[in-house]
Amino acid sequence: MENEMHNNRMARRLLTVTAASATAILALSACASGGASGDAATSRGPITIWYSNNESEIAWGKQMVEAWNTKNPDEKVKAQEIPAGKSSEEVIGAAITAGNAPCLVFNTAPVAVPQFEKQGGLVNLSSFKDGTAYIEKRTGDAAAQYKSADGKFYQMPWKSNPVMIFYNKDMFAKAGLDPENPKLATYDEFLATSRTLVESGAAPNAIYPAPTSQFFQSWFDFYPLYAAETGGTQLIEDGKSTFNTPDGAKVAEFWKTLYAEGLAGKEQYQGDSFADGQAAMSIVGPWAVSVYKDAVNWGAVPVPTSEGTPAQETFTFSDAKNVGMFTACKNQATAWDVLKFATSEEQDGQLLDLTGQMPLRQDLTTVFPEYFAANPAYEQFGDQASRTVEVPNVPNSVAAWQAFRDMYTKTVISGEGEIPAALDGAAAKIDKLIAQP
Amino acid sequence: MSTSTAQRPAAGRSQTPPGGGARRRRRRPLLGKNPFGLLLSTPYLIFVLAVFAYPLVFAFWMSFHDYFFAAPGAQVDRPFVGLDNFREVLSDPAIIRSFGNVGIFLLINVPLTVVLSLVLANALNKAVRFRTFLRVSYYVPYVTASVAVVGVWIFLFSGNGLVNQILGPLAPDPPWLINETWAMPTIAIFVTWKGLGFFILLYLAALQNVSEELYEAAATDGAGKIRSFFSVTVPGVRPATVLVLLLSTVTGANLFTEPYLLTGGGGPNGASSSPVLMMYQRGIEQGSPDTAAAIGVILVIGVLILAFIQRKLAGGDES
Repeated sequence: MENEMHNNRMARRLLTVTAASATAILALSACASGGASGDAATSRGPITIWYSNNESEIAWGKQMVEAWNTKNPDEKVKAQEIPAGKSSEEVIGAAITAGNAPCLVFNTAPVAVPQFEKQGGLVNLSSFKDGTAYIEKRTGDAAAQYKSADGKFYQMPWKSNPVMIFYNKDMFAKAGLDPENPKLATYDEFLATSRTLVESGAAPNAIYPAPTSQFFQSWFDFYPLYAAETGGTQLIEDGKSTFNTPDGAKVAEFWKTLYAEGLAGKEQYQGDSFADGQAAMSIVGPWAVSVYKDAVNWGAVPVPTSEGTPAQETFTFSDAKNVGMFTACKNQATAWDVLKFATSEEQDGQLLDLTGQMPLRQDLTTVFPEYFAANPAYEQFGDQASRTVEVPNVPNSVAAWQAFRDMYTKTVISGEGEIPAALDGAAAKIDKLIAQP
Repeated sequence: MSTSTAQRPAAGRSQTPPGGGARRRRRRPLLGKNPFGLLLSTPYLIFVLAVFAYPLVFAFWMSFHDYFFAAPGAQVDRPFVGLDNFREVLSDPAIIRSFGNVGIFLLINVPLTVVLSLVLANALNKAVRFRTFLRVSYYVPYVTASVAVVGVWIFLFSGNGLVNQILGPLAPDPPWLINETWAMPTIAIFVTWKGLGFFILLYLAALQNVSEELYEAAATDGAGKIRSFFSVTVPGVRPATVLVLLLSTVTGANLFTEPYLLTGGGGPNGASSSPVLMMYQRGIEQGSPDTAAAIGVILVIGVLILAFIQRKLAGGDES
């Protein structure tokens, strides 16, 4: 009884303290809502930027910042790696909400741009006087893929990693295949080569794209081949899915055959299956050249198509990373100048040199002829960079890709159900998703 | 070690002053019996309010609005949408499936956790040799990061992993983690194994409070080891059982890391997805925190109902 009374008093006190604290917290969070001042667009001064956390991009970022700071002591740039998180997009999304995003992020994924834009986190780069003109002059026709629904640029197309088929020459030789001219152009050739590789015991798997359910995994199995098969069609165009067509079905059937015949691994692999000798082929971009340099005796060919499109006409997925300018930035005029400086011909040359990634610049191979002459391994990537397909810039793009992936893992990897019906089902779901704001 | 620490509170209880002293203190209602205690507990109370209570209330609010995270100062409309988010959640087969999956998980994980931790704690309590070594061995998985242990389990349960090699022709096809039937049970066993050390500790502490005299009395009445386990040990640790049931249900319902890492995002085909994984996908990856909040609210209500049933069935009131 006495205990009960004591508990009641305690409960009342707790309730009072709870209510008071909740009110205080709510009041505090309400105070946090304040807009950036309207003159940020023309303001100049110090800015902060984030760049990716891989070694070669850090090296590029550091020299870029140093070069800028030397020339512009009044508008210093402070740079840091993107803070750790499950993904860069999560960290950037949280920073936008908190109002402490940096001025520029040199690792903005195009798939996240519609969401960042909806959050009110991105500055419309077309609002700068020379914004659209600068982007279109640098990137050429490929820039159109990076425009948002309102026709404006909320991202600076920066660099791509056009993916190709890397193959292990030693494994090909072991399987009795010609390592210098591998037969991988058509689906039939690719499948025959894969069967030889596995049946001969040269490789446990012919190819091993991640068979897991994350939304972005289709960028490294279905999408490059779909881009190639269709001659450069995006997954969604003009507000509608494009993949529920005979071309889409051909690509899906091709992968389904690889899985059904045990030529591609269905289980999640911990590590790099290509570097570890678990797969004879891999779908990767030029970043991998320096990574596999000493690990694998590799060669690269364009992704296959059903009929074997010539290399110089084959499209692929761009795997681009762009630069976003964020609305929390107080000195946006400086940020725009830094952005132009960082994407100048000189800095693009540095990027190529230090990272091996392809600046999204038209006529890349003719702008930097010395680089490609000195680094022949990168030349075909430089050429491939002019024929890339980006993820569509549509509302709810991540949800759309997740819907696609869910269909893909079930129908293609696990082999359940018929492909045309599954493609239609996913297309209907995606069309509904992208029609929502 | 645990014997001495567990006896201390029992001794303390016996020294509690009789009712007269308590009555005198009742005249100081404002700051209660122990004002200093209140002061000491304030930081934690603030922590609980800021990190649990406020987000929970906010999540309820979000689940009834068209909400998304926006930059401070951005002009956004967040209208009240009634039960729309709940309707969306409950009409999505993938989300319904994730709730079914976590139900399967709890059906395997919770009973297994209670039975194994009680049996092992009982055995450890009686073990004379290697006692400390065994206790540490059971505790190590609990304190090891999931990310590290997941790698080992993928190695163990892969197609040509150790488990399948031992099982030979009895191994399931496709292998455990990509098998729609086995993915969730494998996760449940993983989580049971990983958390067992903590629950064993809870039971070990509870076992110190079961009087030795009761065992002697049972032995006098002719009870064997098994009979005294069921007649003395099990009733004797009932409060701990209620706690273990509750904790394993709450942590189990919040399953995330394992489907995220062990089965690569809830695979195969959503067979191991969990409501919290769906919340992560919807709320963080896809930018729909309103739908994610609705999933969370349903989950909270579900867990509360389960906890209520458990208290009723396991006799929590007596604790």
